[in-house]
Amino acid sequence: MSLLQLKNISKIYGELKALDDVSLEVENGEWLAIMGPSGSGKSTLMNIIGCMDKPSVGEVILDGRDIAKESDKGLTEIRREKIGLIFQQFHLVNYLTAVENVMVAQYYHSLPDEKEALEALERVGLADRAKHLPSQLSGGEQQRVCIARALINHPEIVLADEPTGNLDEANENIVIDIFKQLHNEGTTLIVVTHDPEVGEVAQRMIVLDHGKIKTDRVNPDFGK
Amino acid sequence: MFFRMIKGAFTRQWKKMMMIALTVALGSSLATAMINVMMDVGDKVNQELKTYGANITVVPKSSSVVNSLYEIEGADTQAYLLESELGNIKTIFWAFNIVDFAPFIDTKAELGGEQIRLVGTWFDHHLELPTGETLNTGVQNLRTWWDITEGEWLSERTWDKDTDPVMVGEALAKRMSLHSGDTVTLSTLSGNKDFVVAGIYSSGDEADDEMFAPMDTVQLLSDKDGYLSSIEVSALTTPDNELAIKAAKDPGSLTISQYETWYCTAYCSSICYQIQEVITDSVASPVRQVADSEGAILEKTHLLMLLITILSLVGSALGITNLVTASVMERSNEIGLLKAIGATNGAISALVLSEIMLTGIVGAAVGYFAGFGFAQIIGQTVFGSSIEMKLFVIPIVAVLVIAVVLVGSLPAIRMLLSLRPAEVLHGR
Ligand SMILES: Nc1ncnc2c1ncn2[C@@H]1O[C@H](COP(=O)(O)OP(=O)(O)OP(=O)(O)O)[C@@H](O)[C@H]1O
Ligand SMILES: [Mg+2]
Repeated sequence: MSLLQLKNISKIYGELKALDDVSLEVENGEWLAIMGPSGSGKSTLMNIIGCMDKPSVGEVILDGRDIAKESDKGLTEIRREKIGLIFQQFHLVNYLTAVENVMVAQYYHSLPDEKEALEALERVGLADRAKHLPSQLSGGEQQRVCIARALINHPEIVLADEPTGNLDEANENIVIDIFKQLHNEGTTLIVVTHDPEVGEVAQRMIVLDHGKIKTDRVNPDFGK
Repeated sequence: MFFRMIKGAFTRQWKKMMMIALTVALGSSLATAMINVMMDVGDKVNQELKTYGANITVVPKSSSVVNSLYEIEGADTQAYLLESELGNIKTIFWAFNIVDFAPFIDTKAELGGEQIRLVGTWFDHHLELPTGETLNTGVQNLRTWWDITEGEWLSERTWDKDTDPVMVGEALAKRMSLHSGDTVTLSTLSGNKDFVVAGIYSSGDEADDEMFAPMDTVQLLSDKDGYLSSIEVSALTTPDNELAIKAAKDPGSLTISQYETWYCTAYCSSICYQIQEVITDSVASPVRQVADSEGAILEKTHLLMLLITILSLVGSALGITNLVTASVMERSNEIGLLKAIGATNGAISALVLSEIMLTGIVGAAVGYFAGFGFAQIIGQTVFGSSIEMKLFVIPIVAVLVIAVVLVGSLPAIRMLLSLRPAEVLHGR
C-alpha cells in the first residue's frame, strides 16, 4: 500500500476551492515535486499532507491512518513521529543557538541529545556554526539548520515548502545535494517549488493549477 | 532543554517580563500591605478610637442604679470603691487589653461664692503592679481631646511637692479670671485649701466648669482616703457578636463551653465581667456608643481594605492579561513552529505558564517587601505606629498571586491553544 493516499480531497475557503477534488498517491521512498503558479493550492496541499490542516472533503490516508478523523492531539503526534518540515522562512527559534534549535525537535519528540544534534548539523555542513544564533547565520545556513531539525527524528516523510525560495544558487545546490542523499537513504521527499531546477531533479513532478492536478509525470531523466 | 528555552525567552523578552513582574509586584504589594494592615488594624483602630475616651466605667454597686454624682450634702449614703483594689484591673485575663485607666473621686468646693465640683484623679500616675510591671496611666491618656489653652498638663510626677496643683476648666477660669500660675483658694468641707493653677483646659463638656486635682489631695479634703467614686477604663475590645450580647445580659445563661469562649475573648462584656470579679461590689459597664462605633468602624475599615485588595488584584490580573496576550501574540510564529514540530498544547502551555509563573514569583517577592514597606507607611501615617510582620500573610499572598497570574494568563493560553501552525507558518 502507498505511504500516502489522497482520495478526492477538496479544501474550500468560502467561495474559493483552494484544492478541488485532488487525488494523489505517493509511494514510500518517492521524491515528488509539486509545482504550479502562485495561488494554485500548493501550500494548502502541503499543510494537509503535513497534518497541519484537514481537507474540507475527502480522505487522507497516511501510513494507514485517516488524518481527517484524527483529533488535534493525534495530528500533533503524527507530525512529531512521521514528518519533517522544512519552511521557506526557516522558522528558527531566534533565541536558541543552531544546535539548540535542532534539540528542540528532539525535546518534543523524545529526549534532547546534543551529540546527535551536532552530528545532524555536521551532515548539513554546519558543525562550526552550532553555537551561533539564527541572527548570526546567513539565509543558507539558517535553511540548513532548518533541514537538520527536520531530519533529526528520522521522519518517514520530509516536506519542504519552497526550501530554496530565499537562497542563492550555491546554497540551492547544497540543499539539492542533501535531498539527493535523503532520497538515496530511502526517505520520502515532497518538495513544493517554483524553481524549475529544483523541480527537475525530482523523481516525479505534479503541477497544480486552480486547485486541480494539471499534470503528473515521472521524470525520465531522474538519476542521470 | 526546557530551562534553556525558558532562559532564552527571558533574555529575549526581558522588557515584557519586567512589565509582568512589575504588574504582579504592584498587585502583591498592595495585597500584602492591606492584609498586613487589616490583620493589625483591629488593635490600631482601637488604639485610635481610644482617644475618644474610656469605653468602660466602673462604679460602686449601690450607686450604679442611679449613677448619681451629686449626692445630698452631708448625707453620706453613697457607696465607694476601694483604691487598694485598683491595681487588680491589670491582673485580669485580658490585662494586656487594658490600655489605660484612671480612678475618680469628687467633692464640692466653693470658689468666689460659687459651688463648684472638684474632681480628684490620676494625671500621669506611675503604677507598680503586683506582677512587677510598671505603668503610667491617667487622664492625660484618657482625655486626649482636652485642649490645654494655658499652662501645661498637670504632671503628678514632676510637680514640686510644696504646693498643690489643680487644672481648671476653661469656662470656670474665665468667670473667675484665673490664669496658669495663679494661686486659688477653695473652701471645702475640711477648711480652706490653696491650689496653684497648673493649666487651663478646654474639654467641650461639663468638665469646663470643673477643677481637677491629684486624687490624694481630693481624698484628704473630702475625708475619703482610700475610696473612689468611679474608675474609667480604656480597653481594646473585640466587636460584639450574638454570644457577647447574650453573655452581657446574663453570663449565667451560657453553657460551659460558650462561657469559656466568651470569657477568653476580649469582648467588652467579658472584660467588664472580669473587672467586676476583681473590684469588690462594683458594676463595670460599657460606655455603649463608643464600644459600638468602634466595632462598626472596624468592620467598615476592614471592608474598605478588602475592597482595595480585591481591586488591586483585579487590576493586576487585567494588566497581566494584556501583557501575556501581547507576548503570546508576538511569539505566535515560535509557538506555531513548536506545534508544527510536534509540541503538544500542554507542553507549550506549560512552557509559557512556567515563564509567567517564574516572573510572577520574582514580582511577588519584590511586591511582598514593597508591600511590607507600604504597610509601615500606612501604619506610621494613619495610625502612628509600626505594623507587625505577620508570617502567615506570605502564603495568603502567594496563593493570591498564583490565582491572579493564572486567571490573567487564561485568555492568552486560550489563544495559544487555538493557534494553528499552518496559519502562522505560511505567513497569511
Ligand atoms: N486560510 C485561508 N483562508 C482563505 N483563503 C485561503 C486560505 N489559505 C489559502 N487560501 C487561498 O487558497 C488559495 C491557495 O493558496 P496556497 O497558499 O495553497 O497557494 P500556493 O500555491 O501555495 O501559492 P504560493 O505559490 O504563492 O505560495 C489562494 O487563493 C489563497 O488565497
Ligand atoms: Mg505557498
